Amino acid sequence: MMKLEAIIQPSRFDSVKDALLEIGIEGMTITEVRGHGRQKGHTEVYRGREYTVDLLPKIKLEIVLADALVNRAVETILKTAKTGKIGDGKIFLSRVDDAIRIRNEDRGENAL
Amino acid sequence: MKRLGVLCCCLLFLSFLPAPRLQAQQSPSASATSQEAPKVITERLNQLDQKVAQAQSSADNAWMLVSAALVLMMTGPGLALFYGGLVRHKNILAIMMQSFALMVLITVLWALVGYSLAFGGDGPVIGNFAHAFLRGVGADPNPDYAGTIPQTTFMVYQLMFAIITPALITGATAERMKFSGTVLFMTLWFFLVYAPMAHMVWGKGGLLNASLGGKFPTLDFAGGTVVHITSGVSALVCALYMGKRVGYPKQPMPPHNLVLSFIGACLLWVGWFGFNAGSALASNSLASSAFVATHFGAAAAAISWSLAEWIKNGRASALGAISGSVAGLVAITPAAGFVGPMPALVIGFVAGIVCFLMVTRFKAIFGYDDSLDAFGVHGAGGTIGALLTGVFARAIYNPIYGAYNGVNRPTGGLDGHWIQVGYQLVGVAFAWLFAVVGTIVILKVVDVVTGVRVTQDQEVEGLDITQHGEEAYNLES
Repeated sequence: MMKLEAIIQPSRFDSVKDALLEIGIEGMTITEVRGHGRQKGHTEVYRGREYTVDLLPKIKLEIVLADALVNRAVETILKTAKTGKIGDGKIFLSRVDDAIRIRNEDRGENAL
Repeated sequence: MKRLGVLCCCLLFLSFLPAPRLQAQQSPSASATSQEAPKVITERLNQLDQKVAQAQSSADNAWMLVSAALVLMMTGPGLALFYGGLVRHKNILAIMMQSFALMVLITVLWALVGYSLAFGGDGPVIGNFAHAFLRGVGADPNPDYAGTIPQTTFMVYQLMFAIITPALITGATAERMKFSGTVLFMTLWFFLVYAPMAHMVWGKGGLLNASLGGKFPTLDFAGGTVVHITSGVSALVCALYMGKRVGYPKQPMPPHNLVLSFIGACLLWVGWFGFNAGSALASNSLASSAFVATHFGAAAAAISWSLAEWIKNGRASALGAISGSVAGLVAITPAAGFVGPMPALVIGFVAGIVCFLMVTRFKAIFGYDDSLDAFGVHGAGGTIGALLTGVFARAIYNPIYGAYNGVNRPTGGLDGHWIQVGYQLVGVAFAWLFAVVGTIVILKVVDVVTGVRVTQDQEVEGLDITQHGEEAYNLES
């Protein structure tokens, strides 16, 4: 089991979600987050006062996947979330020891 | 002239129509009817004269009541929304409540003694108590000010100006002034600064009055000096006295909702037609010309502010465009009833650029924290407008100095009456002086009695919670 965390552009979210559904990934958790990597934000000017907005809105997807699905999921996200510009985000993968479904106490990949 | 024309027509009409009937009756008692006939006609003419006056009064009164309502709409919701959108979300209720508090507070003060202090008597500096508790203010017009509408209408119309003027100051004290301090400050300010200035410029015998015997006749059609300079300059004094907001200018304090400000500015624009065109105090051609000048001034200033921004920042912002229109409306206020449409465009265009520089450059150089630019827009715009009124005023739009041998006396510089610019300077200087001295004294008093500024903790937490115990946006409820 792997946990996939992807930080993506809010404008790409709908395409990513639809593409993931198509390859059979049914569960995901979404958070609206703010942050920046190499993309250093933008400036806003209100009556001559300049503000640098360096934390930009992003979407964080969290999905825990059976090992067999991980590569396809990563490919799908790479394909749909990419605009080619700085600020497209990142994908992080990490191992997950166990998963438990609260309703019936299924464990492991059965719980996904 | 109009009334005379109507009278002549009626006379002609009457003298033709009854003629055959009179001739037919002549044979039995010729001498009696020939004496009665003129009496009948005179009576009828008197009746007609009365009806004509009533019709004019009804028309003027309708427009003036609508104007009064429009001017109230400028404060709430106009100014409340405009300012409300510009503050951070933790302070919007506080700034809106300040405008609303003035709507109710000044109304009561006005009814008790305010109207009388501004428009009673004929003293050079301030009115008297002749109309205290609105004594003698009823259906009859006050011929000194508005001869065709009930004095009640004139009184309530002027009240709306007294409400918005102190409300403008709250733009400079925003996000850090105590509510108790605001209420006390505004009460004192109304008596010490507004009432005397209104009397001096608009009141009979006032030192700066242009049509009712002032020593330094200052042209101020709808309140460039009385409303905008007094409030704008007092705002600057308040900002300097109170000091900067916590975190200013390092911490970002962007407007929390420009949509509200946008709606507010547009409501201000519409309300301003009541403010300026209504200042004709009648539904006549002067109201039309003031209406047009107002609209043109606002448009030209929105364009010039946006252009300046476009050149400097590479983009024209929504906040810039609406700020520009308000600056133009401010600057055209003293001029509206004295200038033609082309000078109105010029005044607006100049005001847009001057106010843009005041707000972006001047404020940054001197480092004061005028939170929402009450001084940069109202103080600066009012001053520019008042001075340019002296340049562009023309008697063909408003012969305020009357006529001599059938020719209107010149009013402003374009009429060749350049001394008027000097009078305008005197008026502007008086307004500045009154605002500066009055505001300093009042702030000292308020500081001792209630305190002016909230504590640092309260300021950081926000005025909505700490001053009023509520929040504007309970998004999770």
